[in-house]
Amino acid sequence: MTEPGLTLTVRQRAPISMNAELSCASGEVLALVGPSGSGKTSLLRVIAGLLRPAEGAVACGGETWLDTARGLNLPARSRSTGFVFQNYALFPHMTARQNVMAALGESAPEKRPRRADELLEKVHLRGLEARRPAELSGGQQQRVALARALARNPKVLLLDEPFSAVDRATRERLYYELAELRRELRMPVLLVTHDLDEASMLADRMCILHRGVTLQAAAPYELRARPKNAEVARLVGLHNVYRGTVLEHRGGQTLLEWEGGVLEARLQNAFAVGSKVEWVVPPAHIVLHRRDRPSRGEHENPVSGVISDCVLLGENTSLRLRVASGAEIQFSVPTHVAQRNRISRGEPVTVSLLAEGIHLMTRTDADERGLKENPISTVAYLKRSPSDNV
Amino acid sequence: MDWPALALSLKLSAWTAGLLLPLAIVAARWLAWSQFRGKSWVEGALALPLVLPPTVLGYYLLVALGAGTAIGQAYQMVIGRPLVFTFEGLVLASIVFNLPFAIQPMQRAFESIPRDVRDAAACCGMTRWQAFVRVELPLAWPGVLSAMVLTFAHTLGEFGVVLMVGGNIPGETKTISIAIYDRVQAFDLSAAGTMSAVLLVLALGAMIFVYSTSSRLARQHD
Repeated sequence: MTEPGLTLTVRQRAPISMNAELSCASGEVLALVGPSGSGKTSLLRVIAGLLRPAEGAVACGGETWLDTARGLNLPARSRSTGFVFQNYALFPHMTARQNVMAALGESAPEKRPRRADELLEKVHLRGLEARRPAELSGGQQQRVALARALARNPKVLLLDEPFSAVDRATRERLYYELAELRRELRMPVLLVTHDLDEASMLADRMCILHRGVTLQAAAPYELRARPKNAEVARLVGLHNVYRGTVLEHRGGQTLLEWEGGVLEARLQNAFAVGSKVEWVVPPAHIVLHRRDRPSRGEHENPVSGVISDCVLLGENTSLRLRVASGAEIQFSVPTHVAQRNRISRGEPVTVSLLAEGIHLMTRTDADERGLKENPISTVAYLKRSPSDNV
Repeated sequence: MDWPALALSLKLSAWTAGLLLPLAIVAARWLAWSQFRGKSWVEGALALPLVLPPTVLGYYLLVALGAGTAIGQAYQMVIGRPLVFTFEGLVLASIVFNLPFAIQPMQRAFESIPRDVRDAAACCGMTRWQAFVRVELPLAWPGVLSAMVLTFAHTLGEFGVVLMVGGNIPGETKTISIAIYDRVQAFDLSAAGTMSAVLLVLALGAMIFVYSTSSRLARQHD
């Protein structure tokens, strides 16, 4: 029998505006993703009982921890949560073993040291039990924090940007270890991060949070392929968001008017003919035409223009293509492809927008607001490697 | 050398520091971690003894604790003796006078404990008392210790408030600093000099202890 997972609803206006709803099944890793200040950590604190929202409910493992309508609010110590804080919040005066034992208050005193050592061994810290946090590296501190969080056999594991304070090499090792560990974990796991790659790698589902509002929760691929609206699209790092009009649905495709031309998109007949929509194409569905010989999918939505920006980013080169109407399409190609095709600023090139990747979205007032604001600023926090698409 | 006066001073210091310890911890934690309207007023009032002349504070305490006041009368009724010009009155006055010396170092120490660390204690399932004993107090310990030593040393040398509230009753309220003043008035400079030297050594020792302990403990906790 599977344990019931975690459900949360929160509504409040002040001091932090929140309007969030999420659920996470047992054994599932749900990543809460959003820019700084979007309320990710606040949601974890609500679950842990460290923050009481004006209105809300939290249920986990079949227990109700918070229900403001019934005046129920269990204190943090009575909620069985394992919390890994952003800076780990280890007790600096205690050794690694004592830190883990501090969370073993419910086990018999004589069993605690042994259980603490078992947990530390599980996170690969054997031999370092007697060290204090100051004598451990960032990665080792993170592991102690994880062992301490698991010590109570928590009903939910809350990880608040657990990889932000370690160097890249350590982070990659910790990703691997967490991926290994999660096979044993039976509880819901919430991972707060602003790193989309991290979320895609570690989470089963991602929940996009912006200004305290949960916008969409779905599998990482699903979110990038089918964002609910332009705001989500931008928040998951999709820059190519445009406006168009549905012309007709025909032969398994939807035809779309864009900048005076017609684009073929995958069939999305939920949008009525004539409706004004926003649409997005992920970079993975933008194919650069080779200049010396024909390339794959050349007849599919060809769009020609001039390279307006060309930035070398190591193995990949980020390109910006300006079409006649002034609209810009962002994509990237492996640097060797850019070099072989002699691509530089001012060069004319043609790309194909693959019909399968073109996703239509309802226009909303919020999107219009978002578009009027600087559309780049909302995605400035994103960290995503460019896709290989040629 | 007036040994009874020195003994009385040490006794007064011990009682003051001992009684202030729990009071100051409660007040310091509250001030460190709560935000409320009028907090600056409370902090300002508690710091007042730092700048108010001891005789002024002593005067108000004398007036407030005298036999004509509700406090004085209530104490007289319950205990059977007056509060002013007694050792108990001195202890009470010393506590009031030492509030900033005890609270401020502790408040800084509790403020230095990161919020996440306190939250982590709750998430580990600790009760408030367990979190206090196992996490907060060990981390705030340098500040608590400094506060206690400062209070002790400060009480040992207190003159104005003691004279106003306690007078100069040998064995009851005549502390070493009053004895020094007494000896100087009687032109017995050698006795005054000896007692002053004792106070100087005790005060210097206390300060060295405070600084060395807090820097050692701070290093341990880094």
